Amino acid sequence: MEKFTTLTATAAPFPQRNVDTDTIIRIERCTGTPKAELGKYAFEMARYLPGGAENPEFVLNQPRYRGAQILVCGEFFGTGSSREMAVWALAGMGIRCLIAPSFGQIFQGNCFQNGVLPITLPPASVAALMRQASAPGAGSFTVDLERQAVNGDIRFEIGARRKQMLLEGLDEIDLTLALEPKIAAFQDADRTRRPWIYGCTRS
Amino acid sequence: MAGRTLFDKVWDEHVIEDLGDGVQLLHVDRHLLNELSGHRGQLEIAKRGLAMRNPELSIGTLDHVVSTAPGRRGGPAPWADRMIEIFRAESRRAGVAVHDFGDDGQGIVHVIGPELGFTLPGVLLVCGDSHTCTHGALGALAWGIGTSELTHVLATQTLVQQKPRTMRVRFDGAVPRGVGAKDMILALIGKIGTAGGMGYAVEYAGEAIRALDLEGRMTVCNLSIELGAKIGMIAPDAKTFEYAKGRRYAPEGPQWNQALAHWQTLPSDADARFDAEHTLDCATLAPQITWGTSPEDVIGVDAIVPDAKPEALAYMGLAPGRPIAGTKVDRVFIGSCTNARLSDLRAAARIVRGRRVAAHVKAWVVPGSTRVKREAQAEGLDEVFRAAGFEWREPGCSMCVGANGDLVAPLERCVSTSNRNFVGRQGPQARTHLASPASAAAAAIAGEIADVRSF
Ligand code: SF4
Repeated sequence: MEKFTTLTATAAPFPQRNVDTDTIIRIERCTGTPKAELGKYAFEMARYLPGGAENPEFVLNQPRYRGAQILVCGEFFGTGSSREMAVWALAGMGIRCLIAPSFGQIFQGNCFQNGVLPITLPPASVAALMRQASAPGAGSFTVDLERQAVNGDIRFEIGARRKQMLLEGLDEIDLTLALEPKIAAFQDADRTRRPWIYGCTRS
Repeated sequence: MAGRTLFDKVWDEHVIEDLGDGVQLLHVDRHLLNELSGHRGQLEIAKRGLAMRNPELSIGTLDHVVSTAPGRRGGPAPWADRMIEIFRAESRRAGVAVHDFGDDGQGIVHVIGPELGFTLPGVLLVCGDSHTCTHGALGALAWGIGTSELTHVLATQTLVQQKPRTMRVRFDGAVPRGVGAKDMILALIGKIGTAGGMGYAVEYAGEAIRALDLEGRMTVCNLSIELGAKIGMIAPDAKTFEYAKGRRYAPEGPQWNQALAHWQTLPSDADARFDAEHTLDCATLAPQITWGTSPEDVIGVDAIVPDAKPEALAYMGLAPGRPIAGTKVDRVFIGSCTNARLSDLRAAARIVRGRRVAAHVKAWVVPGSTRVKREAQAEGLDEVFRAAGFEWREPGCSMCVGANGDLVAPLERCVSTSNRNFVGRQGPQARTHLASPASAAAAAIAGEIADVRSF
């Protein structure tokens, strides 16, 4: 997984509430599109006009927000479907950090698996950052994961384990494989305690 | 010591290791695979040179990209057939039983899990699909995962999770005629919003939940994710045990007795404390229907379209201040993991019997599984639907998400028994109204959104 340490980049305002993962990436892009190409289909319905030209109204098509790597989002961003392609599509268009009052829970977990940092902040802080990102001549934002701060003084919370994994670019599967003896011991004991769990499909 | 909740009991007995900071390594007892999310994970572990750790704790089926056209043999297009082939081949290589076409166990993952007795009380079950919360209806701890977590489960039979908080929702009173499980849960989402359950594992309780059969309970738990909760559960009771008994993968003999004794200890203790509580009075509920582009945009079918969310109203082509009933519809879809079980088809058939689908409406029934389809046919329900002018199709996800190309045309209006009315969910510019199977059937007959209580 790609490391996340400090990011200084353009932040784009994305104030809609309840942005669902179907909207972030359409289902037909989840069925055969290679991961590396998903970026161009992120927010497809809003981003392009019928006919395929870019919609100039869409925030990330506006010259000042092109190449934004931070999205300041409305409440409950990433609700809905578990499709991880939503995160791959965002990452594919360069987004490395999302800031919102709340996130869809499965989506948020998927972000952490892909080196994308989802920051939860109180609604008032997000509103302030939203205004800042929208203001004419807004500069870039700086997200410092080690210090858990946005733009120097806005602190955010993150679990110690998630933080370490992002900072070091650790892979969860590798970490868990190292715990194999514990998994084996659990199953050994559990086979006695709950024998009906095991081997059910072998009958 | 304070009493413990159903959720706490099931969670705690799956903890392999405490990783600190509220994060724990959990054992996965049951993993359901489908071709769409499953094949990506299978390719990923192959790429990493890893093998599946416990193939005997997984089963697979085909649902998302399969054709649902009568007489189908595969996907709607070559890309889908390729995906199905990869899924079959990787499953075979790993030793995972796949419930393929022609097998009773083929169907929507969340329909077949309980049907096969693969889903049981107290198991920790995951699947690469957000509606995995459905399985909580049996008292399982179940939630949907993305591709990375799915790959993690294939390789390690575990998941690393942060323990959520707990919420209890009590559904009080007896539901009136014409109102059912779908209306109960839609009304709750309307009341507390699509973020109302965020960060919680929700337990549904109360008189109206106890009165539901297992299929109705699955409908309630199915929409937990639309409440913002990854997990929804209902305490197992005598109905649950009766439902599970004798199913294909359910324990038998002495193991059944041992399991049953264990399951009986699972319900929340009387003095268990929840982090949040809600109640909903069901006695006054009307049949529910959504008017906007989020499941929380829901009203009684006898109510007027609210003056809210102008963008959603514009997308839906609705004017505020007018009754929602009487809105003309083009399509009706009875299907999906929310409402495509036998009891759902029976409820719809009761409305349809002896009537005709309005001439301008294209109406489909897509059974949730091959078993549901066969049982419905044995009762003659297919004939009831066909005689009325419905299409009777093959089991799969179909128009719930349209991954297989079953789509609603732009600007067409569809009353659907599925779970998401998002912008574009059923196709670009498609307008979706979520409702119960009975209400969907009523809309098909009337040709417009209609109050099923008048049928
Ligand atoms: S029916 Fe719809 S919600 Fe259910 S598993 Fe299939 S696509 Fe997902």
